Amino acid sequence: MDFLPVVLFTDWLVFLLLAVVAVTVWYVRRKEHLRAPWRRVAHSRSGMVGLTVLLVFVVIGLLDSLHFRPRLSNPDPDAKAAYAVEVLSVLDVALEPLRARREKTYSAPLASRLYAKEAIELGDGRQVREYPRLRFGGARLADPDNERDADIFRRTLAGVALGAIAWLVVALVVCVLIARRTDGHMASAWRAVWHGETEVPWSAILVTAAVLLVGAVVIVTLSAEYFVFGTDKVGQDVLYQALKSIRTALVIGTLTTLVMLPFAIGFGIMAGYFGGWIDDVIQYVYTMLNSIPGVLLIAAAVLLVQLHIDTHPEWFPTSLQRADLRLLFLCLILGITTWTGLCRLLRGETLKLKELEYILAAHALGVRHHRIIARHILPNVMHIVLISVVMEFSGLVLAEAVLSYVGVGVDPSMNSFGTMINNARLEMAREPMVWWSLAAAFVFMFVLVLAANLFADAVRDAFDPRVRTRVLSAQRLLKLLAGGPARATEARGS
Amino acid sequence: MLAYIVRRVLYAIPILIGVNVFTFALFFWVNTPDDMARMHLGIKRVTPEAIAKWKEERGYDKPLLFNSGAPTLKDQFAQTIFFEKSLRMFAFDFGRADDGRDIGREIRARMMPSLALALPVFMVGLLVYITFALGIAFFRATYIDFWGVVLCVAAMSISSMFYIIGGQYLVSKLWHLVPISGFSGGPDAVRFLLLPMAIGVIAGLGGATRLYRTFFLEEISKDYVRTARAKGLSEIAVLFRHVLKNAMIPILTGVVAAIPLLFIGSLVSESFFGIPGLGSYVVDAINSQDFAIVRSMVFLGSVLYILGLLLTDISYTLVDPRVRLE
Repeated sequence: MDFLPVVLFTDWLVFLLLAVVAVTVWYVRRKEHLRAPWRRVAHSRSGMVGLTVLLVFVVIGLLDSLHFRPRLSNPDPDAKAAYAVEVLSVLDVALEPLRARREKTYSAPLASRLYAKEAIELGDGRQVREYPRLRFGGARLADPDNERDADIFRRTLAGVALGAIAWLVVALVVCVLIARRTDGHMASAWRAVWHGETEVPWSAILVTAAVLLVGAVVIVTLSAEYFVFGTDKVGQDVLYQALKSIRTALVIGTLTTLVMLPFAIGFGIMAGYFGGWIDDVIQYVYTMLNSIPGVLLIAAAVLLVQLHIDTHPEWFPTSLQRADLRLLFLCLILGITTWTGLCRLLRGETLKLKELEYILAAHALGVRHHRIIARHILPNVMHIVLISVVMEFSGLVLAEAVLSYVGVGVDPSMNSFGTMINNARLEMAREPMVWWSLAAAFVFMFVLVLAANLFADAVRDAFDPRVRTRVLSAQRLLKLLAGGPARATEARGS
Repeated sequence: MLAYIVRRVLYAIPILIGVNVFTFALFFWVNTPDDMARMHLGIKRVTPEAIAKWKEERGYDKPLLFNSGAPTLKDQFAQTIFFEKSLRMFAFDFGRADDGRDIGREIRARMMPSLALALPVFMVGLLVYITFALGIAFFRATYIDFWGVVLCVAAMSISSMFYIIGGQYLVSKLWHLVPISGFSGGPDAVRFLLLPMAIGVIAGLGGATRLYRTFFLEEISKDYVRTARAKGLSEIAVLFRHVLKNAMIPILTGVVAAIPLLFIGSLVSESFFGIPGLGSYVVDAINSQDFAIVRSMVFLGSVLYILGLLLTDISYTLVDPRVRLE
């Protein structure tokens, strides 16, 4: 084999999550009463726009979750295969040019020259101090100072044209699909989409797709020759770092809730259903965990995990696997600090449900406790679980950046928005300022979190019987981490 | 009322004991003092003597729970790490940090700068958010409402660190209005605190305004508001005299819990602006891997949090006559 597949801990969980989502979709599709709220989500304009953007991020994150170690070339065919210590992902292969191109140090976005002056030897032995040419950025141009703008313009134009063509193809496919479901006329389908008369807001989705496609294709055409977001201190492409950070953000946002769900659901329902001493114990545990400020608990736990990892280097064949374990622990610890909110909500809801007549009837018919919980209670609290999972996502993505800044987030060698901001913070003081790393982190994070917020709002509106901002622990955590008292106000309420 | 408060305080004690034991287990069992010493002295090339010396200097050389070598039964429990490092925190005796300084004194000294930043942010923030939310609620179901909410969601989606970085760049670097970071005592502190305060308020604007808007809208849809309008009250009178008063109940009871935690301050903005408060104390402790400080702050934070819960319950009875504490 030319490569050795590597499945990291978080990869396992990502695939597990994917399987759970797939099973849920399959199950929900068959039940009309479960489909109804999802249909409301699908009819929400902002929700579907958010979902479209999220899907792009998810695809990038999934590509980045397929890891392998390439085989080292060896002239002797009989020798035992040796594999590189560097773990790559499918995304790395797709972004090979971005990953491999290294400049000496900072360069501005779309630049053809370095950011700092250097002494350059002229042919006749004299030296001049000048901005040297980049090794890759605009390397094909003979006279970059005069030709660069025109070249960038040409490439952008080509990118817009290609993107528009790609979008047209997508739009046509959508219209064909709509036409096949309705009367079969392409023209009427096109008109319905164009005037926003379809039930699913295809016009909004297609506008979003247009922006995304044109933006992506322009970035691709420009990346062939330039660094679209510049390079960082060691000359690495900032765009590549931003794309790699997506997986970290998604993993933190989703796996944290995944690992906490069994505890929150199990304890929450048990406390509400059985009451008595079980309720007392569970309430005691979550009040205790809740009373420890989240960031301090995370800091303590991450420091301890880091210490264990440092004292046992033999556990990890590659550095990525080490960073991955730390990421997994970060998810676990974040999960511990955030499960209490959901647990309390579920306890309250179960308390209400168990007094209802149908539960009483089940008792009278002699149904056992675990059957009642599984058949009658669990399905009726799942909407709370779903709402809290989607609502917590954006808070967790923001929390990751803050934690990494404080020094208890992901491993410093792992790409994440937090490490990008942390590294770029000192660059602000430079003259002229190095702003592009921050700009890239800002754009990607903002788009991701905004999309997640829009989608979460749509899900909440569709599933919550009494639509109202719920209080969730991720927001409270974020308050403690980031804004301090200013954000405190948003945390409590219902 | 008094009986209720006493009962709540008594109820807080087992929780604090739980926190205390939990942090003890986390810091001394999961991770032994030997590990700590090894980390501070360097992972490799460290002699057992160096570890023993490091532990002795900081008082980590005693048994964890039970000291069988001590002369009296009292000392057998008192001369242990659990008693000296963990139980003593109940008397707010936090011991010494790894650099030898007294943690308790450091906390008392750093509380004021934290409070000087956090308290104004809290008060001004509350005023601003309520004003904005009431304004949006006044224009409900119009384009102003729609775009207001859109802006709130967008503002919520920006990490607080970008607010700080952007503010520092614009106000300090471009316009040279206030220093980028730093702190000084006395009235001069205002110069340093102005920007962090403004940014603190702005960073919370989106989320809080949106939340309070839903509180206002919920009140507006109630029957007594319809009655008030039917009596012929103007919209302004309805909003200020009736809706605002009733919506203040969830708002106030919601923020009361955060008041004790104001002492801890904000980690990010204090460390970005170089304000020597408790937030930056924690960040520094994390960076220098000083477990004694982190442990103390965990305990202090839980005490303040539980105090906040107590205040919340009491504030319910004060602002909402329908709630009676039994």
